[in-house]
Amino acid sequence: MELVVNGRRRGSSSDPERPLLYVLREELDLTGAKYGCGEGQCGACTVLLDGVPVRSCLTPAHVAQGKQIITIEGMERDGQLHPLQEAFIKADAMQCGYCTPGMIMSAAGLLHKTPHPDEAEIKRAMQGNICRCGTYPRIVQAVRMASIGKGAAHA
Amino acid sequence: MPETFEVERYELFSGPAYRFTPDRREFLKLLGGGIVVLLALDGADAVAQESSGRRRGGRGGGEMPQNLGAWLHIRPDGGVTVFTGKVEVGQNARTSLTSVVAEELRMDRGRIEMVMGDTQLTPFDMGTFGSQTTPRMVPQIQKVAAVAREMLIDLAAQQWKAERSRLVVEHGSVRNQDSGQALSFAELSKGQELTRTITADTRVTPANDWKVLGHDQTKVNAREIVTGRHRYAHDVARPGLLYGRIIRPPVYEAKLQSVDSTAAEKLPGVTVVHDGEFLGVACADSSKLAQAVGAIKAQWSTPQSVANSRDLSGYLKAHTHGPVQLSSEVTEALKSADGKVESTYHIPYIAHTPLETRAAVAEWDGDHVTIWTGSQRPFGVRDEVAQAFGLNSANVRVMIPDTGSGYGGKHTAEAAIEAARLAKAAGKPVKVAWSREEEFTWAYFRPGGVIEVRSGARKDGTIVAWEFHNYNSGGSAIESPYNIPGQKCQFHATDSPLRQGSYRGLAATANHFARECHMDELAESVGMEPLAFRLKNAENPRLRKVMETAAESFGWGKTKSNPTLGFGISAGFEKGGYISCCVEVRIDRASKQIKVVRAVQAFECGAVLNPLQLKNQIEGAMMMGIGGALIEAVQFENGRILNPKLSRYHVPRFSDLPAIEVVLVDRKDVQAAGAGETPIVGIAPAIGNAVFRATGQRLRSLPMKLA
Repeated sequence: MELVVNGRRRGSSSDPERPLLYVLREELDLTGAKYGCGEGQCGACTVLLDGVPVRSCLTPAHVAQGKQIITIEGMERDGQLHPLQEAFIKADAMQCGYCTPGMIMSAAGLLHKTPHPDEAEIKRAMQGNICRCGTYPRIVQAVRMASIGKGAAHA
Repeated sequence: MPETFEVERYELFSGPAYRFTPDRREFLKLLGGGIVVLLALDGADAVAQESSGRRRGGRGGGEMPQNLGAWLHIRPDGGVTVFTGKVEVGQNARTSLTSVVAEELRMDRGRIEMVMGDTQLTPFDMGTFGSQTTPRMVPQIQKVAAVAREMLIDLAAQQWKAERSRLVVEHGSVRNQDSGQALSFAELSKGQELTRTITADTRVTPANDWKVLGHDQTKVNAREIVTGRHRYAHDVARPGLLYGRIIRPPVYEAKLQSVDSTAAEKLPGVTVVHDGEFLGVACADSSKLAQAVGAIKAQWSTPQSVANSRDLSGYLKAHTHGPVQLSSEVTEALKSADGKVESTYHIPYIAHTPLETRAAVAEWDGDHVTIWTGSQRPFGVRDEVAQAFGLNSANVRVMIPDTGSGYGGKHTAEAAIEAARLAKAAGKPVKVAWSREEEFTWAYFRPGGVIEVRSGARKDGTIVAWEFHNYNSGGSAIESPYNIPGQKCQFHATDSPLRQGSYRGLAATANHFARECHMDELAESVGMEPLAFRLKNAENPRLRKVMETAAESFGWGKTKSNPTLGFGISAGFEKGGYISCCVEVRIDRASKQIKVVRAVQAFECGAVLNPLQLKNQIEGAMMMGIGGALIEAVQFENGRILNPKLSRYHVPRFSDLPAIEVVLVDRKDVQAAGAGETPIVGIAPAIGNAVFRATGQRLRSLPMKLA
C-alpha cells in the first residue's frame, strides 16, 4: 500500500483494512493524530483526506489511498505555522492540548469549505470534537481569528 | 490538602529513598558546573510535600539537604533549568512556574527549562492535586530564582569590584548602571561550581513590582502542542517496542478460574502473561492484539452485585459507617425560625474522561525499570511499581510527559504496572494504552453521594439553624461560608459500590450544589430575593465582593425570570478561592431541555499570576461543571458499567457552550491560591436555581433533568 502523507509518498505494509490512525501513529511515527475513543465520537484522530476532515480511527487505510492525507504534522510549512496554529497559540485555545491536533484539523476542513464562518457555523462544524478541558470559547475565538487573518503576528 | 477519603491512600506510601547521595561538589560535577540553588523545606512545607510527613534528617556539612524542595541550576551556557516534582496535566503549571523564574531572574522564558515529574531528577513530591502547585510550589521556585539572581549580582560585583547596589539584572545579564558594562548569565556562571542551600524565609519580588507575573502569558510549550510534536505517554516510541493489552474480567470482582492460552502462545511474536489475576498479551504489531486476545480462553467467577445506579442513594444510606444523629441544638434552634426547609440532594458517580486514556511504556534494564506514563503522581507511580515487583524504589524511574489531562483521575499506576509486567516477560519495552471502554470501567470515579440539609431562617433573612449531612461524596467545603452560628455539618463515610477517588473539586462540587440550592430554597421560605438573602448572611468581605461583582457584570435582577428563561446565582469558597456564578437558562418545555445560554463568574484567589490562563482555567471548569450539572452520570448494574463509551456517556460539546464571561478580582496583597478546582463548584447550583425560577421545579438530583 502506498499513501501520500503531508505531500510525501509513504509505503505501508499494514493490512489495508487497518484504521488509518494506527498506520500513521505506529507505522509512520506520525503521533499528532490521537486515539480518544475509537468510535468517531471525540475527533482527536481527525486528519484531512483531500481537504475533508475524517476520523482516522474509523477510516480503513485503503480509503486514503490515492488521496492527499494531511495530518497536524503537515500544517507547518518551512518553519511557518499555519494561521490556525498561530491563532490557537494566541487565543490560548488549549489546556492539556491532547485534543488540539484534531481541533485544528477539523477547523482546517471548515475553513477550506467556508473561509469566513460565523460563530454558529464554527460550533456546528466542530461539534464532533471534544475538549474535555472545556476550552471551547477559546477554540471558537481562535478559528474566527484565523478566518479573518488575525492569527499571525503574535510576538 | 487531599480529600477526606484520599488521606488513607497516601498513608500507604512510605517516604521515598532519597537519591541525591553524592555530596554537593560531586552533584555539581554531574551537572557540568554552574550555579545551583537548593531549597531546604522545613515545617509545614516539608510535611505537605512528603507523603509520610516524616522528617528525614537535617542538613549539614557538605551533604545535600534531605528535605529538598524545588531546585534551580544556572547552566554554564546561561540557560536555567528548574527541577520540580510537579507535573503538567493541562492546568498550565509548566507555564506558571516558568513565568515565576522569568520574573525573578529577569530573563526570557525561552531560556528556561522546567524538568517536571521525573523521579530520578526532581525532588520528591506527593503529587499534583488539591490546587497545591500555586500556593506551595510557586513560592519555592520564586525563592530559589530570587537567590540565584542575587548570587549572579554578587559574582558580577566581585568581578568588577563594583558597588552591588548599582548592578541590575535584565535580559539574562547583569549590567552596571554606572559603567554600562554587562555580563551575561553564561559569562558569570562559566567555570563556577557554586551551590547554595536556602530556607523558606527568602525575599522575593513583591506583586506590585511584577513585570511577567500578573500579565497574560500563553502556554510555554504551545508550539509543540499545535504542531503535534509533543509526545504524550501514548506517543512515546522506543526501539523494539511491543504493544500490550490486558484481558479484563467481565464484571467487577470476578476472579480468574482457568486460562487456556495454548493457541495464543503459538502465534508468532506473541507474549502471553498469566500471573495470578493478571492476564495480558504483547506483540510488535498492535493489529494482531485482538487475534491474540481472542485466542485465549478464560473462565471467570460470576459474583453477584446488588448495587446499581438507579438506587444509589438507598445503597449509600444503607451502607453508612456508624450512626447518624440529628443535632438536638439545631432542632431547638429551628423553633425560632419563620421559614424552615428540609431537603435531600443526590450526586451520581461521574467519570473524569481525560481525553488521553491511561497509558504507559515500560522498559527493563536488569532489575531497573523505566516508566513513561501520564500521571498526577510520579512518585506514587514509582512506589506502586516498586511494590508490585518487590523492588527498591530506587530501581524504578518514572517520567511524566506533559499529560492529556487528569482532573484528579490519574493518581494511580495501573497502566504502568501492566506495561512493566508484560515488558518483564517479553524482554522488550511494552506500551499499554487503555481503550476508552477500559478507562470508563477500570479507572476510578468521582464518588456519588447523598446530602441531607435542614435549616431555618427568620423573616428578616437571618439564618438561625443549619444542619448538613454528606454521605460519601466528601467533606471538603462542607462548612457553610455564611455566618451561621451553631451550624452542624458532618461527613459520613459509606461503602462504595464502585472504585472511587479524587476528582476536580469533588466534594466541594457536591457540597456547593446542595448548599447553594438550599440557600435559594430557604430564601424562598421567608420570601427573600436570593442575592439579598446571601448578602444578609455573608460577613466575609471577599465572599461579598465576588457576589457583588458577578451580580453587577451579569445585570442581576434587571430581568425577571419567566417560564422559558430563568436566572440563578450561587457563591462559595474552596481551596483559597472565592467564587460567585450567575447563569441564564433557557427552558424548552416541549423537549424538556435546559440550556445554559449565558454564565458570568467572578473569581478571587489572591494575586493573579496569569490573567489569560486563569480565565481559561475558569472557563474550562465552568464547561466541565455543565457536564456534571446537566449531562453526566455513570450508569451501572450487576457489576458492569452500562455506558462505558463516549457515544453513551456524553460530555459537554460546542453545542453546550454558553456565552461565558469571567471577571477576575485581583488581590495583589494576598498570596495566590490555586484555581484548578474551585471554579467548577458554582455552576451547577446556579443552574438549579435558575431552573427553579423559570419552571417552579426544584431539581435536587445531578444531573438535573426536567420532569
